[in-house]
Amino acid sequence: MSTSIELRRIEKRFGSFTAIHGIDLSIAPGEFTVFVGPSGCGKSTLLRMIAGLEEITGGELLIAGEPMNDVPASKRGIAMVFQSYALYPHMSVYKNLAFGLETAGFKKDAIAERVKHAADILQIGPLLDRKPKALSGGQRQRVAIGRAIVREPKIFLFDEPLSNLDAELRVQMRVELAKLHQTLGNTMIYVTHDQVEAMTMADKIVVLREGRIMQVGRPLDLYNQPANRFVAGFIGSPKMNFLPARLAENDQSGRTILLGSQAIRLDQPVGARRNEPLTFGIRPEHLQASAAEGRPGLGAARVQLVEHLGGSAVIYADTAEGEPATLLMEGQTGLRSGETIPLAFDLKDAHIFGEDGRRI
Amino acid sequence: MSVQPTTWVEGPAHRPVARPKGLRLAWGRNAPAYLFLTPWLIGFFGLTLGPALASLYLSFTDYDLIQAPHWAGAANYVRIATADPKFVAAMKVTFLYVALSVPLKLIFALAIAMMFNRGIRGLPIYRAIFYLPSLLGASVAISVLWRQLFASDGLINLVLWQLFGIEGPSWISNPNYSIYTLVILSVWQFGSPMIIFLAGLRQVPTDIYEAANLDGAGPVRQFFRITLPLLTPVIFFNVVIQTIDAFKAFTPAFVISSGTGGPINSTLFYTLYLYQEAFSFLRMGYASALAWILVVMIATFTAISFLSARYWVHYDD
Repeated sequence: MSTSIELRRIEKRFGSFTAIHGIDLSIAPGEFTVFVGPSGCGKSTLLRMIAGLEEITGGELLIAGEPMNDVPASKRGIAMVFQSYALYPHMSVYKNLAFGLETAGFKKDAIAERVKHAADILQIGPLLDRKPKALSGGQRQRVAIGRAIVREPKIFLFDEPLSNLDAELRVQMRVELAKLHQTLGNTMIYVTHDQVEAMTMADKIVVLREGRIMQVGRPLDLYNQPANRFVAGFIGSPKMNFLPARLAENDQSGRTILLGSQAIRLDQPVGARRNEPLTFGIRPEHLQASAAEGRPGLGAARVQLVEHLGGSAVIYADTAEGEPATLLMEGQTGLRSGETIPLAFDLKDAHIFGEDGRRI
Repeated sequence: MSVQPTTWVEGPAHRPVARPKGLRLAWGRNAPAYLFLTPWLIGFFGLTLGPALASLYLSFTDYDLIQAPHWAGAANYVRIATADPKFVAAMKVTFLYVALSVPLKLIFALAIAMMFNRGIRGLPIYRAIFYLPSLLGASVAISVLWRQLFASDGLINLVLWQLFGIEGPSWISNPNYSIYTLVILSVWQFGSPMIIFLAGLRQVPTDIYEAANLDGAGPVRQFFRITLPLLTPVIFFNVVIQTIDAFKAFTPAFVISSGTGGPINSTLFYTLYLYQEAFSFLRMGYASALAWILVVMIATFTAISFLSARYWVHYDD
C-alpha cells in the first residue's frame, strides 16, 4: 500500500522567521525520498509538517490527492520514526507496538497478529516483554520501526532515525531499512544530514538549504550534475574541490578559463559574463596525481597530508597558488607530505559555477 | 615482609603526601574538618538525637515537668491503646484530614501544573503568585485570616448570601464542617507539590506526546496512559512528603480552634492532642508516648509506600 504526496507552495513561519519558503515537491507512490541538508535547513520541519505535528503556515499539502492541511496527524495515514525513538518508557515492547492499535479500537486478537507480524519482520519477537530501558540502541530503533509497521500506514516518515547509533550499527540498519522499503513498498520520507545515507538509500534526494530546495533528483544525477555549488559541495565525500577561476580575456570564444596560472580550454563556451568571478569544481576522486600530454591539470601541488584508508588514500595538497586540493586515490600510495605532484583531470568531470553559485 | 598500603593525598603543590600513621596523627590531621563540623554535630546530638532519645525514655515514665520522671514501664502505651477516647478521636480526625487533604491538594497541584505546562506567557510571575500561599499557608496569620473567612459572619457566608441568597453555617464552629475548612486551607497550600509536578511534567519528552498523537491518542488518553505513568516518580515523592506533612499538621488546627481541637474534638489533630497533653496538662511522659506512636505511624506509612512503589512507580532507568 503506497500513496503520493504533493507539496504546493508550502510555507512555515515562526513569528517573523520563515523556516520554509514556499516549497513545491511531488513524491510518487512507493518512492523512497530523502530530505538532506545541513542543520537548520528545515528538513525536519518539513517532515513534521507532512506528519501533522507542525502547523502549515501557507500552501497546500496533498496526500493521495486529498488536502491534508487541517487533517489531524493520526488521520493522515502516516507513521513516524523519531530520532530519539520516542518509545513509551513505562510500557513493554508489546505494549509500545500495540498502543496505537488499542487506541484505534482493534480487538486483542488482531493486535496480537499485527504485533507478531511486525516482530517477525524486525526479529524482535524475543524482546516483546522487555521495557525499552532493557534494550540496546539498535533494538530500540527496531521497536520504533515496529511501532510504525503495525499501523500499516500509507506513508512512513523517518526523522534522522540512525543518528543515535554507532557507525557499524548505522550501516547495518541502513541496509535493513532499504530492505524494509523493498518488502513493504510504502512511500517513505527519510530525513538525514548524512549525504552517504541519502545517496545509498534514496530513490529521490531533496537537498535543502535555509528552507529552500536546492535540487531534487536521483542520487547519481545530483552527483553528476549538481545544480549549484551548494549541492556539488554537499553531495560526495570527500567534498568537491572548489578553486577560483575567471574567463580568459584574450579568448573571444569564451571557452578558456584561467585557474591561477593554468589555462584550461573547455569543450563548450562558458555562459558567464566577462570578469564574472567563477568557481571551478572537481571531485577528489576525479583528480589524478599524474600529468599526461594533452590532459588539463591544476599544475604542481605540494602534498600536505596523506590519509591512508587501506583501500584508498586521501591526499590533501596545496596548488601553486596556495589553493587547497583534495585527491582520493584508489589503492595504496607511497606519497608523503612535502612531495610535489602534478594534478590532472578529465574535462568531462569538471564543473563551472557562476558568481551566484549556479552550475554553468 | 608485608607492605603497608599508603593513601596519597594531593598536597597544595600537587605533591603526594603520605597519610600519617597512628590515631593521634590522624586526629591532628582531621581536626580542622571536625572543627567545621562542630556546629552541625552540636545541633544533631544536642537538638535532635539527644531530645529524641530523651523523649523515648520519657515515654516510659510519668513526668510532669516539675518533679523528676519516674519509671512507669509501658503504662502510657497501654493507656493510649485501651483507655483514651481522645486518642481515638484525634486519630479519626487526623486520618480523615490526611485522607482528604493529600489527594485533593495533589490533584489541585497537578491540575495547575498542567495548566502552567502549556507554556503560558508570564509563567514565572504566575508560578510565584501561586506558590505564595505555600509560604504563608501554615502561618499563624493565615490561619487567623482563615478563621475570619469561615466565621458565621465571614467573607464566605457574605458571598454565599449576596450571590446565591444562601445563609451559610458557621463553618468553623460547626463540628460537621470545621475539619473541611482545615482541608481547604491545606489544599490552598498546593504551591510546593505544584512546582515539583511542573518540574516532572517538563521532564516528559515532547516527542513521546507526538508519538502518542500519531498513534491517535487524544488528550484524555494521553493524560492517563502517558502523563500519569511517567509522573509516578514525582507523584510518589509528593504523596510521601505531603502525607508526612499532613500527619504533622498543627498550626491551622491550633489557631482555628484556639488550641482546643473543638468543636467537639472535630479539629483535634493528633499533634494538637499531643501538645495539649504535654503543655496544657503537663503529662510529658504520656505526650512522649503519643509522639513515638506518631513516629511509628509515619514510618509505617513511608515503608508501605516504598514497598508498594515497585508496583506502580515507573522509573526510566
